[in-house]
Amino acid sequence: MLGLEKKDFQLLLIVIGLTLFAPFLLNPFPEGSDLAQFNAGYPDLMQRFVIFGIFAIGFNILFGLTGYLSFGHAAFLGAGSYGAVWMFKLLSMNVLPAIAISVVIAGLFSLLIGYVSLRRSGIYFSILTLAFAQMSFALAYSVLTPITGGETGLQLALSDPRIFGAAQTATGNIPVPALFGLEMRSSFEWNVGAWLFTFNAGYYLAAFFMIIAFYISIRIFRSPFGMMLRAIKSNQTRMSYTGLNARPYTLAAFVISGMYAGLAGGLMASMDPLAGAERMQWTASGEVVLMTILGGAGTLIGPVLGAGMIKYFENIFSKINETILHGWFAFLPDGLEDVVVAMIYPFIGKGWHLTLGIMFMLVVIFLPGGLVQGGQKIGALFSRKKAEETKPNATEPAE
Amino acid sequence: MGLLEVKGINKRFGGLQALGDVNLSIKENTTHAIIGPNGAGKSTLLNVLVGKLIPDSGSVMFDGQSVLGRAPHEINQMGISRVFQTPEIFSDLSVFENVMIPCFAKRDGAFRMHAIESIFAEKGIQQQAEAILDDVNMLEKRDMLASSLSRGDKRRLEMAMCLVQDPKLLLLDEPTAGMARADTQNTIALLKEIREKRGITMAIIEHDMNVVFSLAERITVLAQGTPLVEDIPDNIKGHPKVREAYLGEAQV
Amino acid sequence: MDQFILQILNGLDKGSAYALIALGLTLIFGTLGVVNFAHGALFMLGAFVAVTMSNLLTLSHKVVDETRTDFLGNPLQVDVPYLYDFFGQAAGDTIIDWAVPISILVAIPIMVGIGFAMERGLIKYFYKRPHADQILVTFGLAIVIQEIVKYFYGANPIPTPAPEAFVGSFDFGVVLGFDPNAIIYPYWRLVYFFFSVVVIGAVFAFLQFTTFGMVVRAGMADRETVGILGIDIDKRFTIMFGIAAAVAGLAGVMYAPINSPNYHMGMDFLVLSFVVVVVGGMGSLPGAVAAGFMLGILESFASMSAVIDLLPGINQIIIYLVAIIILLTRPRGLMGRKGVMEE
Repeated sequence: MLGLEKKDFQLLLIVIGLTLFAPFLLNPFPEGSDLAQFNAGYPDLMQRFVIFGIFAIGFNILFGLTGYLSFGHAAFLGAGSYGAVWMFKLLSMNVLPAIAISVVIAGLFSLLIGYVSLRRSGIYFSILTLAFAQMSFALAYSVLTPITGGETGLQLALSDPRIFGAAQTATGNIPVPALFGLEMRSSFEWNVGAWLFTFNAGYYLAAFFMIIAFYISIRIFRSPFGMMLRAIKSNQTRMSYTGLNARPYTLAAFVISGMYAGLAGGLMASMDPLAGAERMQWTASGEVVLMTILGGAGTLIGPVLGAGMIKYFENIFSKINETILHGWFAFLPDGLEDVVVAMIYPFIGKGWHLTLGIMFMLVVIFLPGGLVQGGQKIGALFSRKKAEETKPNATEPAE
Repeated sequence: MGLLEVKGINKRFGGLQALGDVNLSIKENTTHAIIGPNGAGKSTLLNVLVGKLIPDSGSVMFDGQSVLGRAPHEINQMGISRVFQTPEIFSDLSVFENVMIPCFAKRDGAFRMHAIESIFAEKGIQQQAEAILDDVNMLEKRDMLASSLSRGDKRRLEMAMCLVQDPKLLLLDEPTAGMARADTQNTIALLKEIREKRGITMAIIEHDMNVVFSLAERITVLAQGTPLVEDIPDNIKGHPKVREAYLGEAQV
Repeated sequence: MDQFILQILNGLDKGSAYALIALGLTLIFGTLGVVNFAHGALFMLGAFVAVTMSNLLTLSHKVVDETRTDFLGNPLQVDVPYLYDFFGQAAGDTIIDWAVPISILVAIPIMVGIGFAMERGLIKYFYKRPHADQILVTFGLAIVIQEIVKYFYGANPIPTPAPEAFVGSFDFGVVLGFDPNAIIYPYWRLVYFFFSVVVIGAVFAFLQFTTFGMVVRAGMADRETVGILGIDIDKRFTIMFGIAAAVAGLAGVMYAPINSPNYHMGMDFLVLSFVVVVVGGMGSLPGAVAAGFMLGILESFASMSAVIDLLPGINQIIIYLVAIIILLTRPRGLMGRKGVMEE
């Protein structure tokens, strides 16, 4: 189906299902209940899930397949954001040209950086990408202020030309990004009993792009090109003595993943039309590394899971404060309650980064295949008998 | 005119003359062994032939074209395949994928952006890969991870990866180094079979005289970076110069 | 000319910090073959040893001061450091004032201990794993260390002053025959520079002149041969990890008065230190030191207004630019050895 093997097609269907029904799935708790704080089904966060999902899927095409660890991918995301905002300023508030240009700009930018960085491999490659990204960040922050808005970031203004659209709305405000009139921020809210579900236009646009991005990534993973990339990771010597030139392959992977980052940046700007230099900083690049590896580098679904998980932690988990904790453990005797809260508190709320760091380390140490591998291991425990009956097919890479 | 013509190759590393005025001609459809004591420059010569080292002077012509200054992948595309001392395979890929990759390299050249086509749709490539695995008796191991193979099987897989490209010249760098006796005998048998069935020209660099004399049709003896003699095996065995060069080494 | 000297001096303190961190990084890389992204965290921990020390020294208890009253007319309660009780007020003040230098003594065993724990507890399991895995796991460790520090000390920088005696600046201009105030240089930065020279010298002397150091150097050059000789090189490498951690920690302790410690200072320095190591040549100790000072000074020159006018923004990117050029033209860095990290 769609040129996919059955298993891959099923995976794609699952992802489509999850993204389409995310407003329900992420809002399982009724409004106003104690657990409502764990609801993640609000537009802003759902948009972030899918946008960072795209970013991580793209990063995985480079790192997961070729093993080249880039520490500068945020630069492409940032470049994509700037490109999109400029489209809003110059052209119109339609998101399609903005997204298109963000992909193109990020592609060109990654072609340039990749061409230079890929002359080295291993840690030297990591340092080169890091250096380029930090340079881009520093320049965007200072000298390039006319293009990037410097410290304040690039914002829309009433005085922007917007040659194909209105410079301002009838009420004299800056117009908002829209897809042929459908505003990205517009939402349809649906009350079902105590539950409130929000269906946001921007989310569904971003989700549409993520499904496309995911589909393309499956095709790449299952293509001869994808196999070559895995071969590069495995043994570059044999690669060249088999008559294959590794560099164009790695460069192509680098540019593809750069374009994914640009798409993510463009979508980010489409949801909220501003772009700042901090999107290019190396900590932002580190974040996508965390997402990809936590979820499972080299697996198809892993990066999406990793992105979702980290964004969920960042936005939901981090809001748990001491009072809430005391509320949860109120059933315990007083002294014990304090002890338990004191023990848990450092790891949640504002301390969620600590949990993230520990989880990340555990994954790198014990589960090189990330959470996906963890899931597979647990799954294998339950269905060991079944696995023995059906012969494993190793030509299919991990999902 | 041989398939591979090496003329007047010199290579110095600092003060050390690794190769001095090496001339070598490997005729089509022969098995040519290059032997010599440790430090004779065998590996250096091999690295020149595959484009890893650039000599200070001299020429290397393969099939009428110069080899020098080309990248290893270009030289492979000209028709030279190489088997390494320790098998170089794609350990993280399955056996089947390992042999599919050279099939693609042969069909599509050094680079092709076939990112959307599915591997599963490449029936021609799959048949080729299956055929070669059958040839080396590894078809039942096609779905195993290459890293989980035994050492002998890794060697056979590497050989299969080279053979599937139909090379004009197969370079073998100590193909039996570190092998147990049984494995060595298997490898000799495999090489003989390849030689007879496919008629591929082979150049073998080897320490083990047993292997050399069971396979080679011509032998070049290298000593201190210079070819000492070149002849058929029977004449090499008792050659006084060869004995001299190997004096102190146990193998002859 | 005076501007020139001033910029060199300005570059020295940052260069010293780069050199010290890079020295440890490259030492770990050269001996253990591990790319340690948590090395910046060790630098940061050192700075927080200084913070903790000054907190400890000022631990106080409440004493009622009969001579003064608060606004309600009650006797005033004042905080009196325990040190006053032990040594009297004058001596106590002096000790508190010298908190940072005192921390050095404490920092050495602490940092060596942390280094041992890190190597034995985590790093040793990663010798055989790919460099990417090493980067990732130490990156995770750095996050964990950072967050622990953040939990205990908060996110804000904590000012940690240098001793009174070193407050103020030295007027180099007068000494060198320029106008007064032409070249002003804070005393503590001067101290920092000399301190780092001493530490670097000590590390080199240790490696050069002790048997232990000789074995380690031999091990760096050829691990297998040394192993064959029956020398337990791994144990020595563990000790070197401890030493590298101590060097980073000392760099951090002494840097505390220059820049108030915060939990992410390690990461900021780490990125630059990696660049320094790569420029100097992976695994080369003199290379790391030379590149550290060179880049520190270069950065300072690039910050001169004349230079910025000519090439706007150059001060922000100079280090990265140099690194990119060197990596592309001299893959082994300035003094890199052959065969280190090459495919």
